[in-house]
Amino acid sequence: MAHRWGMAVDLDRCTGCEACVTACHSENNIVTVGPEEAARGRAKHWIRIERYWEGEFPDVQVKFRPVLCQQCDNAPCEPVCPTYASHHNEEGLNAQIYNRCIGTRYCANACPYNVRFFNFENPEWDKPLDLQLNPDVSLRENGVMEKCTFCIQRINAGKIAAEAENRALKDGEIKPACVQSCTANALVFGDLNDPESAVSRLSRSTRGSKLLEEFNTQPKVTYLQRESWHDSSQG
Amino acid sequence: MIHHRVKPTDRNMIEDLLRPVLHTTWRFYLAVAILGGIVLTGLSTWMYQAYNGLVVTGDNWPVYWGFHETNFVFWIGISHAGTLISAILRICNATWRRPVTRCAEAITAFALMIGGIFPLIHLGRPWLAWWLLPYPSERGIWPNYRSPLAWDFFAINTYLIGSLLFLALPMIPDFAMIRDRSTGLRHKIYGLLSKGWYGTPKQWHRLEAAMHIMALAIIPVAVSVHTIVSFDFSMAVVPMWHSTIFGPYFVAGAIFSGIAALIIAMAILRKILHLEKYLEPIHFQNLGKLLFTMSMLWGYFVFNERLTTWYGNGTAEMPVFQATQSGRYAPLFWLMVFCNFVMPFPFLAIRRMRTITGTVIASCGVVVGMWLERFLIVVPSLSYKAMPYSWGHYMPRWPEVVIMSSSFAALVLLYLLFTKFVPIISLWELRVGEHSELKAAESVQAAEAAGELV
Repeated sequence: MAHRWGMAVDLDRCTGCEACVTACHSENNIVTVGPEEAARGRAKHWIRIERYWEGEFPDVQVKFRPVLCQQCDNAPCEPVCPTYASHHNEEGLNAQIYNRCIGTRYCANACPYNVRFFNFENPEWDKPLDLQLNPDVSLRENGVMEKCTFCIQRINAGKIAAEAENRALKDGEIKPACVQSCTANALVFGDLNDPESAVSRLSRSTRGSKLLEEFNTQPKVTYLQRESWHDSSQG
Repeated sequence: MIHHRVKPTDRNMIEDLLRPVLHTTWRFYLAVAILGGIVLTGLSTWMYQAYNGLVVTGDNWPVYWGFHETNFVFWIGISHAGTLISAILRICNATWRRPVTRCAEAITAFALMIGGIFPLIHLGRPWLAWWLLPYPSERGIWPNYRSPLAWDFFAINTYLIGSLLFLALPMIPDFAMIRDRSTGLRHKIYGLLSKGWYGTPKQWHRLEAAMHIMALAIIPVAVSVHTIVSFDFSMAVVPMWHSTIFGPYFVAGAIFSGIAALIIAMAILRKILHLEKYLEPIHFQNLGKLLFTMSMLWGYFVFNERLTTWYGNGTAEMPVFQATQSGRYAPLFWLMVFCNFVMPFPFLAIRRMRTITGTVIASCGVVVGMWLERFLIVVPSLSYKAMPYSWGHYMPRWPEVVIMSSSFAALVLLYLLFTKFVPIISLWELRVGEHSELKAAESVQAAEAAGELV
């Protein structure tokens, strides 16, 4: 049976340390653009930690929400691309084919989560930082969109390794960079087609919800959260 | 309608209308040089942008579309001036249309050419735009027919071809007239352009039939084009884009801005080419009435859009609504309402103010207002999408402003060159009109005019 990759994000565990953001940058060769361009809104973070405050001082709580591509089953970014650069692959990922992208940026506008990023410039690294680039991930040139891939290079490597050893993939064997680096184990990745996988079990949790459910995008990322602290203190 | 006018004789008419084609002054060359300079500046700015990437524009995360897309929608809107208006007037047999049609159809052709370039300008990798063509690729990849941008590509090309035909068909008898009045190279060129026109009854019959078919065919095409442009927005789940009203709203706005552009163009032509006898106050009166109707219709659509958003009180929609009504974009919004509705109202509603000056003032307001409308559709929605954490703003930078200014210069330049090569008022249609007017009066001259006609 084909895989269907998904993720569970436990908001009750997330400490907001941003290790996932750093890991993602180094795994996926995401360029940093410098303070000026970042201030203009050209920074790229395939995963980001959104911070929200609840309540009035001194009764305040801060909440962290890691936001990455939700890998929607009904993705608004896919049908709008005129060249099929943004498309649905066989394992349910919202794939981006850099070579096919002509840079209309329509996918980024259609995405309600704002998790697609445009390359305003060719990527550059000061020497010797270029030596740390991940050879498994292609660089994206000026004028194309890029986005979270669920570390598709790791998924492929895992599948190849399992096939070479003539065995099935084990749950938790494949870990995207963000999941691997999460010290609080707030991020869980796996196959949603396997009902016994950790991510499947967590996705069925009563604590679970999807981001912007009303848009009917059918995300494969599930956010886990106890009843809001703010609501329960009122009740 | 009381208007005393000195009817130009047939000979005068031909002289007046062919003068710009047959004689050229130094003013023409100066204007072409200046406008051409501006257009070249715009083109080199585009090259600069293509070389450096969109980093030189104001586009950012999350507002990935800005001035270029605004100009795209604006120019495609302006293009609805012509073909649609003149086709409707032709079908309704509104005789006052005769001197107006070609001015209007020319705006359509040129505004479409300019508008059609903006989707290329805005691309991250414009040299790959041909991937939108359904060419037989050895990799078996076709354009994505589910994408509104692919629909745009086909709709705009269809409209461009259709409106060029619609513009070119009735030029044939006029080309023949220039051919017969010129010598040398000009005679040869216009001989080719007039495609062997000798004004036989069969040719006249075929031309009329072809014009009728084109007029009927172009109306649904024009309506569908701006509906499809509106689909670029309404198909995306973005607050205040995702609206069922967008199709008719865009078409109404397009015709509205198109008429305004037509009135301004006619007023300028009238002054510069001394066409006072042909573009009369009555034409501005009537177009003013049309503009008034469209202004009311546009006002209704805006009110409708705003009311349903406010009443629906959607969590994603309200930040955009507030930003445009009372927040960051409110000054632009209320300026738009003033330019499109409040200011034109007295000039268009009161008969005594619906003069040439009055309609031109109203039209200038409408062109500005409709540009603002396009901007306010594109940008605020992207600034305030559903996730508050990712809200952001947009400010244009100089390349966008230069490219936009040069697009206006390009329209004037194309128009100027057009008046140099083609009589801007359809001579034969005007003569047919004069002929039937006279015939109706059963005057003695009727026989002469009829005798001269073919």
